[in-house]
Amino acid sequence: MRRDTPFTLLTNGAALSWADVSEWPLAEFLRNVNAELDRGERLISFFGVPEGDALRLVAVLAFDAGNTLAVGRSQPFTGSFQALTRTHAQAHLFEREIWEQHGVVPENHPWLKPVRKDHGAGPAVGDFFRVDGREVHEVAVGPVHAGIIEPGHFRFQCAGEEVLHLEIALGYQHRGVEEAIAGGPHHSTVYQMETVAGDTTIAHATAYANTLEALAGTEAPLRAQWLRAVALELERLANHTGDLGALAGDVAFLPTASACGKIRGDFLNLTALLCGNRFGRGLVRPGGCPLDGDAERLGRLRERLETALAEVQQAAAWLWDAASVRTRFEFTGQLGAKQAAAIGLVGPAARACGLVRDVRFDHPAGWYRFAQVPVSVWPDGDVFARARVRWLEIQRSGDFLREQLDAVPEGETMSPLPALAPNSLAVALVEGWRGEVCHVALTGADGRLRRYKITDPSFHNWTGLALALRGQAISDFPLCNKSFNLSYCGFDL
Amino acid sequence: MSVHDTLLHRLKRGCETMAYPKGPAPALPDRHGGALKVETAKCTAGCSACVTVCPTEAIARPTGKPVALDLGRCIFCAECVKVCPTKAITQTNDHRMAVRRREDLVLGDTAKEQVRLAQALDEKLRRLFGRSLKLRQVSAAGCNACEADTNVLGTIGWDLGRFGIQFVASPRHADGLLITGPVSKNMELALKKTYAALPEPRIVIALGACAIAGGPFIGHPQHHNGASGLVPVDLFIPGCPPHPLTILDGLLRLLGKLEERR
Ligand code: SF4
Repeated sequence: MRRDTPFTLLTNGAALSWADVSEWPLAEFLRNVNAELDRGERLISFFGVPEGDALRLVAVLAFDAGNTLAVGRSQPFTGSFQALTRTHAQAHLFEREIWEQHGVVPENHPWLKPVRKDHGAGPAVGDFFRVDGREVHEVAVGPVHAGIIEPGHFRFQCAGEEVLHLEIALGYQHRGVEEAIAGGPHHSTVYQMETVAGDTTIAHATAYANTLEALAGTEAPLRAQWLRAVALELERLANHTGDLGALAGDVAFLPTASACGKIRGDFLNLTALLCGNRFGRGLVRPGGCPLDGDAERLGRLRERLETALAEVQQAAAWLWDAASVRTRFEFTGQLGAKQAAAIGLVGPAARACGLVRDVRFDHPAGWYRFAQVPVSVWPDGDVFARARVRWLEIQRSGDFLREQLDAVPEGETMSPLPALAPNSLAVALVEGWRGEVCHVALTGADGRLRRYKITDPSFHNWTGLALALRGQAISDFPLCNKSFNLSYCGFDL
Repeated sequence: MSVHDTLLHRLKRGCETMAYPKGPAPALPDRHGGALKVETAKCTAGCSACVTVCPTEAIARPTGKPVALDLGRCIFCAECVKVCPTKAITQTNDHRMAVRRREDLVLGDTAKEQVRLAQALDEKLRRLFGRSLKLRQVSAAGCNACEADTNVLGTIGWDLGRFGIQFVASPRHADGLLITGPVSKNMELALKKTYAALPEPRIVIALGACAIAGGPFIGHPQHHNGASGLVPVDLFIPGCPPHPLTILDGLLRLLGKLEERR
């Protein structure tokens, strides 16, 4: 664990007293954050906490190599602050968000515009970065897309077929998730947490449960932690399989596309076997997991899992074997490791650029403290690499589940949740199938949630897609987009 | 692996499309529960246990009146089923729950213990859409679960195409609109424009608790609590998200392709 830092250290899934969080005058706070980012640490959450008419900034950092998280805060201030984005691109959206939510201006931010709010022309739409030149033309796509897809707007600057620049404007899905939790937890909060990104129900619900459990000074029973890990890997299997199929479909390789479409459903049905819902609604609750599975049910799960894994193995074999697929995947939508690190990329997209970062490995919490999943990495940063990392993860999640279902821990799955500690802060990270899901909870003097900050992996990764498109043919956009497969509602909140 | 192996594997797998609706419907997961049923006669006087546990205010019991459960607001968490002391609210395990009229989703009163399932479109529209229904999908702050389980109908297991139903890439090619999500303020304009771009006659389907009434986010100022206030809705498919079977049932019922009625 690193000790040479002025920040307050904590581990994933832990809480501490708000008063114990290191505090500095604004300028010093920014200098300290900057210094940690200079050393290569990661900014995983950066947000404002109102104090009367003033605002405090809170930064949560991940020291991946030290398996520690670090948190610090500024003294309350008004007006503006010097943007970190000037030196560290990974702060750019966080700072736009702080500006949008609280009205303080990040000075010298190179591209200060809304993140989610509508300023007349549509959410986050407004001035787009324009490339000038006689041959340059602009292509606008969305918000409604050609298919069954969430809405978002893409603005391409092209010279002929080649994309010079892509700007992504989101916010169409904004439901006011964070505002709704304030003063909570409310009766409806856990249901809302399950739908922050509906395809990532388990990861978000687990992160939420972990923050509340940390604030309440308790832990879910071991068997519940085990169930959550099983469900999380099932969620990963379903989505990764769906993505492999969708990628195959985008290069017109139908055998894998058809097979994976079906197998994805088989994995979803395994989650439904546990809780009745294909997306895992109702499976995770603060305090544990209300629905247990007896030996017979878990046996059925194990059996059906084996079948689905064998089928996906077959479907993937067709894919990797096809030269027509490889030529379309290789060198398409490339992103370098340096660039990926600079923008704070997470999840399979980051691992496909050779970055070894995975919450399950770097910041294990819950069941992952007892059972490990190897980190899957591929160096090339292209569509091939992103597909390949998914395939490696399918195999490793499969192995993990086999092992887990062969050695089921005993015991209860629910425990009562004591009252939340007042004036405390908790951080929970979960490696969802798209990457790092980060929830930060802060309670007030009354023990109610005063501020709740959610960072879906998509918040970091949309920028990665925009950069991957540079120099690509615009016709490759669907393929590149699919290779990231990011969440709109998880970003828009 | 050669091309021949690939082909051989595919051949060996045979046809993977389910027999339904000619054959029996696949079973819902045993913990799913399906549609709810309300028997107000079983309610004890003064009890409102279900009202308090409901996260989406789907259940009401005004003084002196029987319990009313709005399946359109329901996200099927089944907390009411668990808490009801007299088993007045129960799960039916029935996947069928799509309706044509919003009020048909409100259960409680006598003869309204269960949903009144959707009637088919009238003769004229059925002649138009019965063999070919092209839909445009607009996600308006849906969480991507409703979207995903609609998408799944396109896979080989369900093969929506065999009923002539297809999702198209332009509203100009569409006969109808399938809406998911509570309709965020930020999607209002896009939804209205899409609707306006559909040639008439057109139909609208509201899919999922969000699109019907706001879902888990009911009552928030950032959205419209569903699509009904903005466009006329012809079919409501409840669920959070509805099981693919529930969606398919709704679509087929609308086109008059299912024999049994209730
Ligand atoms: S109804 Fe439920 S599943 Fe569908 S979009 Fe709304 S929250 Fe998601």
